[in-house]
Amino acid sequence: MALLDVQNLVTYYKILRGYVKAVENVSFSIEKGESLGLAGESGCGKTTIALSLLRILPPGGQIVGGRILFENFDLTKLDEYELREKIRWKRIAIVFQGAMNALNPVYRVIDQITEAITTHEPDVSKDEAQERAGKLFELVGIESSRVSSYPHEFSGGMRQRAMIAMALACNPKLLIADEPGTALDVIVQAQVLKLLKEIKQKLGLAMILITHDLSIITETCERSAIMYAGKIVEIGDVYSLFKEPMHPYTQGLISAFPDVKAPRQEMIWIPGLPPDLLSPPTGCRFHPRCNYAMPICKKKEPPLTEIRKDHYTACYLIHQK
Amino acid sequence: MKEIIKVYDLKKWFPVRLGFFESLLTRKHLFVRAVDGIEFDVVQGEIFALVGESGSGKTTTGRLLMKLIEPTGGKILFEGKDVTKMTAEDTKIFRRKVQIIFQDPYESLNPRMTIFNIIAEPLRVLGLAGDERGLSERVFNALEDVRLIPPDEFLPRYPHELSGGQRQRVATGRALVLNPEFIVADEPVSMLDASIRAEVLNIMFELRKKYDVSFLYITHDIALARHICERMAVMYLGKIMEKGDVEKIVNEPLHPYTRALMAAVPSPDPEAKRIEVTLKGEIPSPINPPSGCRFHTRCPEYIGDVCRKQEPQLTKVGENHFVACHLYPSANDLKLRKS
Repeated sequence: MALLDVQNLVTYYKILRGYVKAVENVSFSIEKGESLGLAGESGCGKTTIALSLLRILPPGGQIVGGRILFENFDLTKLDEYELREKIRWKRIAIVFQGAMNALNPVYRVIDQITEAITTHEPDVSKDEAQERAGKLFELVGIESSRVSSYPHEFSGGMRQRAMIAMALACNPKLLIADEPGTALDVIVQAQVLKLLKEIKQKLGLAMILITHDLSIITETCERSAIMYAGKIVEIGDVYSLFKEPMHPYTQGLISAFPDVKAPRQEMIWIPGLPPDLLSPPTGCRFHPRCNYAMPICKKKEPPLTEIRKDHYTACYLIHQK
Repeated sequence: MKEIIKVYDLKKWFPVRLGFFESLLTRKHLFVRAVDGIEFDVVQGEIFALVGESGSGKTTTGRLLMKLIEPTGGKILFEGKDVTKMTAEDTKIFRRKVQIIFQDPYESLNPRMTIFNIIAEPLRVLGLAGDERGLSERVFNALEDVRLIPPDEFLPRYPHELSGGQRQRVATGRALVLNPEFIVADEPVSMLDASIRAEVLNIMFELRKKYDVSFLYITHDIALARHICERMAVMYLGKIMEKGDVEKIVNEPLHPYTRALMAAVPSPDPEAKRIEVTLKGEIPSPINPPSGCRFHTRCPEYIGDVCRKQEPQLTKVGENHFVACHLYPSANDLKLRKS
């Protein structure tokens, strides 16, 4: 059985003008020790999925349908108490976007980590928690002499490492990393990505990596899901997905990324804008921007279909070949 | 090939303000050496890229070229005239000929002005507006140039009604409406989604051909720089480490820093070589930059005292390829080493 199995997840945000259909009918699963990259433009619903998994949606956000199966739990059915006692931090932990500002500036870093441990595991004493925090710092590559520093004494890369250490404090089985490389310099970003890969192997963690940068996914993940306007348009093995993308959106997105090692080429973009999710287009949500749109694309939504082993795509073009 | 901008030994040191007690204890004045002696030139009609991590001094260089801040030392020649010694009259002409596009289109456009007023403002400020009809026509054409079509629909709108890509196109239109000769583009697409980046860049550079504008393109993204410019300079802690033809630098990076930078860029190709991390730590503080070569504290190819004590000069190692590193004392030496 998969570690995490998301089935037809639907998450809406209620605003004055109606419902923003941020995530609609999204299904995917993650095995133990596997990492999945969730990619897409801003506003496509990737962070909303992460927040739905932990049930920490902002006010107005609600899971309208679907199931999230994790081990023996259905996360959509648990109450707040159970979520806090059993799931958050102990089984699923998250490293938020913009880790630079996610630490509390007036507490020492070590106190913030020990607080996380003692809150979630009340039988652990403070000394034990501090010892564990020291070990976590070693794991993420910060000298243990720096544990009692304040966040402002850390550089950007160190803060990101501290955030990862904090997420690992209660031995989670699934780590969600939301844009772990953004706002860091290239070399520091490479260091953080390498660290994530190492930790994943050492601890056998499953990981969801959320990013808008496809190249980060090919560096760190085995599988990838491409999202557009609240839906998964293509999902599968990274190798197959990036070598032979089938969905026109995936193709466009991949060619929009310049590759420093490939020969110089004309830059390509996808014309138009992502749709307004208050009233998304009918049928395939990508059809207004798609070069290959056919009459059926406007009427009926294409289902995710397996086109190769572990490579699914939601596009009618596959029937034409 | 006419050089439009020439920079000699350009320096900008920002003084560090000390607290009262600190200033009693230390006699020294501390400076952030944001830009510390750089030289390059931009040829008419080309895109010259300045690549570096945050804190390398690339944005400060852009601001110096725009005369938004005064340099601590060195010279900037714009069409042969020293920018720092211009008279008020010359400055006014200079302001018309150079323009800047800022990084964040969410902050660089006044939220209380309509698109029409945003684009008309530089014309009004410089007294080039003419009569109402002439002004409207120029603004209309500027919007057409950046493909905000039909312009009539965009003119009365406010920035918050536009998407990021559209805003950055308004910023481009505002820069081009004066018919400048030189534009500094400071990370113009880093805030935009990947799928529309190329669109904004293409508009920008099509207009470069149409109006024969030269660009200084400031970016942290070496992959992007590689695809759009002809020559580039790699900066580290206020110094240029490597400079020259893009293809040469990318295919055969010589400076250890450029190599590390190239190795750290992730690639979207699943078959490509995976990233390598050859450097430890992060960029040191520019207040007390390391002695000698500024990179020696992190350099994987440190060769000894010479790196620590002596600052390497930018030396020619090939046709249009310069490196500041003790590994390459001169072009002749390089040939010897290769043979």
